[in-house]
Amino acid sequence: MSAPDAPLLLAEGLTKYYGRQLGCRDVSFSLYPGEVLAVVGESGSGKTTLLQLLSTQLLPSAGCVRYRMRDGVTRDLADLSEAERRFLFRTDWGYVHQDAALGLRMNVSAGANVGERLMAVGWRHYGRIRGTAVQWLDRVEIDPDRIDDPPLVYSGGMRQRLQIARNLVTQPRLVFMDEPTGGLDVSVQARLLDLLRGLVTELGLAAVIVTHDLAVARLLSHRIMVMKGGEVIEQGLTDQVLDDPREPYTQLLVSSILPA
Amino acid sequence: MEPRLQLTGVTKRFTMHLQGGVRLPVVAGVEFAVAAGECVALAGPSGAGKSSVLKMIFGNYRCDAGQILVQHDGEPVDVARADARAILELRRTTVGYVSQFLRAVPRVAAIDVVAEPLLAAGVGREIARARAGDLLARLDVPERLWALPPATFSGGEQQRVNIARGFLPDLPILLLDEPTASLDAANRTIVMDLINEKKKCGTAIASIVHDDDVRAHTADRVIDITRFAANSACSGEVDTGSPIRTCARDVR
Repeated sequence: MSAPDAPLLLAEGLTKYYGRQLGCRDVSFSLYPGEVLAVVGESGSGKTTLLQLLSTQLLPSAGCVRYRMRDGVTRDLADLSEAERRFLFRTDWGYVHQDAALGLRMNVSAGANVGERLMAVGWRHYGRIRGTAVQWLDRVEIDPDRIDDPPLVYSGGMRQRLQIARNLVTQPRLVFMDEPTGGLDVSVQARLLDLLRGLVTELGLAAVIVTHDLAVARLLSHRIMVMKGGEVIEQGLTDQVLDDPREPYTQLLVSSILPA
Repeated sequence: MEPRLQLTGVTKRFTMHLQGGVRLPVVAGVEFAVAAGECVALAGPSGAGKSSVLKMIFGNYRCDAGQILVQHDGEPVDVARADARAILELRRTTVGYVSQFLRAVPRVAAIDVVAEPLLAAGVGREIARARAGDLLARLDVPERLWALPPATFSGGEQQRVNIARGFLPDLPILLLDEPTASLDAANRTIVMDLINEKKKCGTAIASIVHDDDVRAHTADRVIDITRFAANSACSGEVDTGSPIRTCARDVR
């Protein structure tokens, strides 16, 4: 099969215990450039633990995460120095939080929120930083006239779109998203999903999206992993898992959706 | 010559855990092949498993036993055993599918819905949209609708958008699930012409068509799917669409 043939991110036997409490157990997968993986399951199934392990915010009790760096070398993330890890976070990765307040500086202007990531990778020219920020606001459908307003005075949907602009401005290759549409009302969700879908395709991003919303998974992801009790119980092509679910729990999830 | 598509011993059943583990056999031992430039029609009453067979070929349903060989870049690939990435690659370059219903994405314009498979195959946006427009025009979808999301279109208009999307890329294998079901006579004729043009270009087609006229004008052979009934006592009970999803048809 032709396709970019080296995985970008590899999880091998990832396991996390919080004391005696299981977070997640023995999760393995590989993610290729441009591929979107959805992790679904109910609260407490281990989805967010997995996302934090993958993004090195938590250390695994067992197993490892490998990442192919921009120089083409695949490294075990546990072996990176703190500086290297920070560099990844500032440039090659994005992390979209469910609560935009965690991913933004609420009191500084929208332009500075976007510009900060650029300055962190060495941009110094104020005019170019501002110009790029304007372009990105426009791209996430925020009126550039609002560039000097802080996200504190933005609506929930706008904050989430600003968070996305801030993450994508450095052209990351991998984006982690934790319930990106959670807490937004339905019409705002649809707009955000459509925007994300377009950006992911256009920029060829790889993404790991944690969601409890199967509609989000169907719309955005190529592959899906269903988690229950800290373990992956079913995985595969998104439409196959959702249209022909095999495990009792997946069947329950799929059949629990109310028809529109 | 190698057939483009070859099914051997293909078997499908659903196990419905929420209904006490009831097993619904759908088909067993399905065998047929489709050559380049040939259109094979799957026949049988509603519930015989025709759609399930097409969905297995497209990788939308899992295949419990047997082999589904598809010629991909001159190599046979077994869809029944292919992983998710391989199936996505097949869909990009080898196997097209026109489903019964359009799965509309909110806010995406009809013309972009149609152009998407070309974009995914690497065609430039302007060219892809121009070709999408030509096909929509040919299918008599009025130009004023092109910029609108198809969710609000009539059933027939949605189906024509769906057909345009499926017919636009030149893929070697095309699966058609009742493409003419909600079309008027004029549009049915247009779709028959499109099918016959695809055949002339060497596309291998497997179709489900209830309209005798359409079948007579497009199919080279008819395969009676009831020959592969898994269990005559049960198979009639399986409706079209996955039984597990009966209340979830509109997951978007």
